[in-house]
Amino acid sequence: MAVFPFVVVVWILGVGLYGIVTSRHLVHLIVCLIVVQSSTYVLLLGVGYVTGAVAPYYFDVPDHTPAVDPVVQALALTDVVVEAAVTALLLSFAIQAHKRFGTLDPQELASLKG
Amino acid sequence: MDQLLALVVAVPLLSAAAVIALGPLLGSRRRALDAVAIGVAGVVAVLLFVIMIRTAGGDEVYWFAGFRPSHGVVIGIDFEAQPLSAGLACLAAVLVTAAMTFSWRYFERVGGYYHALMLTFLAGMTGFCLTGDIFDLFVWFELMGVAAYALTAYRPEERGPIQGALNFAITNSIGAYLSLSGIALIYGRTGALNMAQIGVAVEGHPGDRLVVVAFLLIIAGLLVKSAIVPFHFWLADAHAVAPTPVCVLFSGVMVELGLYGIARVYWSVFGLGLGHRVAFGHVFLAMGLLTAVVGAVYCVRERHIKRMLAFSTISHAGMFLTGFALLTPLGLAGSAVYVIGHALVKGALFLGAGIVLHRLRSVNESYLHGRGRGLRVTGVVFTLAGLGLANLPPFATFLGEGWVEDSASAHGLGWITAVLIACTILTGGAVLRVAGGVFYGLGDPPAEDPEMAREAAEETSETDAGKRRTPLSMLVPATALTAAAIAIGLVGRLGPLVEAAAVRFTDQAAYNATVLHGAVVAHPAGLHAAEPTGVTSSALLASAGSVAGALAVALLGLYWRRVPVPRGYRPSPRAAALARGFQSGVINDYVTWLVLGLACLGGVFALIVG
Repeated sequence: MAVFPFVVVVWILGVGLYGIVTSRHLVHLIVCLIVVQSSTYVLLLGVGYVTGAVAPYYFDVPDHTPAVDPVVQALALTDVVVEAAVTALLLSFAIQAHKRFGTLDPQELASLKG
Repeated sequence: MDQLLALVVAVPLLSAAAVIALGPLLGSRRRALDAVAIGVAGVVAVLLFVIMIRTAGGDEVYWFAGFRPSHGVVIGIDFEAQPLSAGLACLAAVLVTAAMTFSWRYFERVGGYYHALMLTFLAGMTGFCLTGDIFDLFVWFELMGVAAYALTAYRPEERGPIQGALNFAITNSIGAYLSLSGIALIYGRTGALNMAQIGVAVEGHPGDRLVVVAFLLIIAGLLVKSAIVPFHFWLADAHAVAPTPVCVLFSGVMVELGLYGIARVYWSVFGLGLGHRVAFGHVFLAMGLLTAVVGAVYCVRERHIKRMLAFSTISHAGMFLTGFALLTPLGLAGSAVYVIGHALVKGALFLGAGIVLHRLRSVNESYLHGRGRGLRVTGVVFTLAGLGLANLPPFATFLGEGWVEDSASAHGLGWITAVLIACTILTGGAVLRVAGGVFYGLGDPPAEDPEMAREAAEETSETDAGKRRTPLSMLVPATALTAAAIAIGLVGRLGPLVEAAAVRFTDQAAYNATVLHGAVVAHPAGLHAAEPTGVTSSALLASAGSVAGALAVALLGLYWRRVPVPRGYRPSPRAAALARGFQSGVINDYVTWLVLGLACLGGVFALIVG
C-alpha cells in the first residue's frame, strides 16, 4: 500500500502533461496545469503520511500518539496559495487572449512564429 | 548586524505594498512612484554590496526569528550570504535601478502596478540568491516567476505580449512543479528542507536512486528558467514582447539565476551525495555547449532586435553552464565574471534597443537600416556593448570567457575553446551587424520582408514615439552599464578574489559547518591560487579572434548580397522554414519538448548511476 500514493502521483502528473500537450483550448490547458500541480499535493501528503496516525492536532489524544507529518501539510498549503496566484494570472491572460485574438486555441494564436 | 540579510528582501517587498497602497493617493504624480522605486532599488543594491564586501571575511547566516540550529539539527529557516550569492543579488538590484531610471521617460502611461511588480521581482531575485532552504528556493522562484509573467504581459492591450506571457508562465510553472516534486521526494528521504542538512543526510547514503530522481526533478525546473535547450523555447517569445526595461532584467539576471540555482543545488546539497562527479559534469557540459550553439545560430539569423538579443542570451546561458559544468573553481569563477559582464553589456544593448524603439518606433533591423544615424551617442554605446559581447578586452566578458577556456584547457578539454569562440563570434557579429546597419547605414539596404513590416507595426504603444531628442534618463543608464562592464574588467586582483569566492561556493563541507554549527571557516590563501587567473596570451589571442570574427560576420551580414556564392550554397528557404518551425510559438509544442527533454535527461542520469 505504501507505493499506492506515488503511483497516483505519476498518473496525475502524466494525465496533466498529456492534457497540456494536446489541449486546443486555453482554459482547458490552464485546468490541466492545475492537474499537474495537484500531483504535487498528493506527493507531499503521501510523503508525510503515517499509517494509523492521527492528524497533527494534539488535543484529546493520549501522549505519544503517532501523528502524520505537519510540515508537508504546511508545504501543501503554500503550494495551494502559489497555485491560486498563478491560476488567476493565467486566466486573466486567457481572457485577454480571447479579446485580442478572438480565439482560445493556442495553435491559432500566431503572433510569435519563427 | 545579520539583519541586513533580511532587510534586503523586506525593504522591496514592503515598498511594493506601499506603492500599491499609496498609488491612488498620488494620483497623476507618478514621478513620486518612480523616485521611490529607483531609490529603493538603489538602496538594496548598496546594502547587498555592503553584504558582499563583509562576506569576504566569512559567510553570514541569518536565522529568521532566531531559530538557530541546535546540535547540528536545523529547526528554522535561514538566509546565507557568500560573495557569489550576494554579488549576484547585487547585480540584480543594480539592473533594476538602471531599468527603473530608464523607465522614467520611457512609458507613456504607467501605473503603480509596474513599480510594485518590479520591486516584487527584485525581492524574489534577492531571496532566491540568499535562501538556504530548498522549499523557500521554490517559493522565491515562484514569486520571481509570477512578477515576471505579469511584467511580460504589462501591455495586455496588444497581442504579442499575451502570447509570450502565456508561453512563459505555463512552461515555467510546469518547471516549478517538477522542482517542487523533487523537493518533496528529497524531504521524504531526508526529513530536512535546509540545504546543508539535506546535504549531510544525503552524503550518508551514496548510490540512493531516489536522490538522483529528486536531483533530476529539482534541476528540471531550474533548467527551464535558465533556458537550456530543449527547455528554452519560452525565452525568445517572452523577451521579444516584454517591455524593454523588463528585458534587461530577464536577460541580464533572471536566466542566470536559474543557472545559479543549479550550481547552488549541486554544490550545497547534492554534490557529495550524488557521486559520479565527472559523468554529471559531462552531461551539463553537453547541454551547455548544445545550448550555446543553438542560441548562436538562431541569434545570427534573427532580424527582430529584441528577439536577436534574446537568442544571444540563450547562447550565453549555454556558455555559463559550460563554465559551471567543468566543476572547477576557475570555471565557476569564469562563469561568474562572465555573468556580470554579460548582464551589464546585455542590459546596455536592451536599453539601446529601447531608445531605438522610443525614437524610431521599431526594432526591426530591416526597417531601421540607416535610420539611426541621428542617434549618435546611442550608436556608440550600442557598438561598444556589441564589442563587449564579442569579448573585447578589457570588458569583463573577456576575462570570464578566458578563465572558462583556461580551465577547460587545463582539464584536457581544449576543443571547448573553439566552440565558445565560434558562438561568441556569431552572437557578437549579429549585434555588430545591427549596429553597423542601423546606426551607420553600412551595407546594402535589405529588401522589405512583409512579415517583418507587420511585426514592426505591432511594436506600437509601448513608449511615446517621435521625440526629437533622446532623454538623458535613457542615455545615462545605458552608458553607465557599458562603462561598468569595462570598469569591472579593469579591477585589479579581480581574478584571485572571484576565484576565492568560487572556492568557497564549491566547498560543501565548509558550507555545512557554517550553517549547521555556526563555524567561521577561513580558507587558506594557497587554495585561492588553485589555478592561475592571469590574462594569458592565449586568452588575448582568443579574444582577438572573437572580435575579428565578429566583425567579419557583421560585414558578411551587411554585404552578403555582393558575395559571389554558388547557388547550391545559398541558405535554402526550406532550412529556414525548418528552423522557424521549431520556434513555433505554440505552447503545446514547447511542453512536448519539455517532457521529451526531461525524459532524455532522466535516461542519461539512469545510465550514469546504473
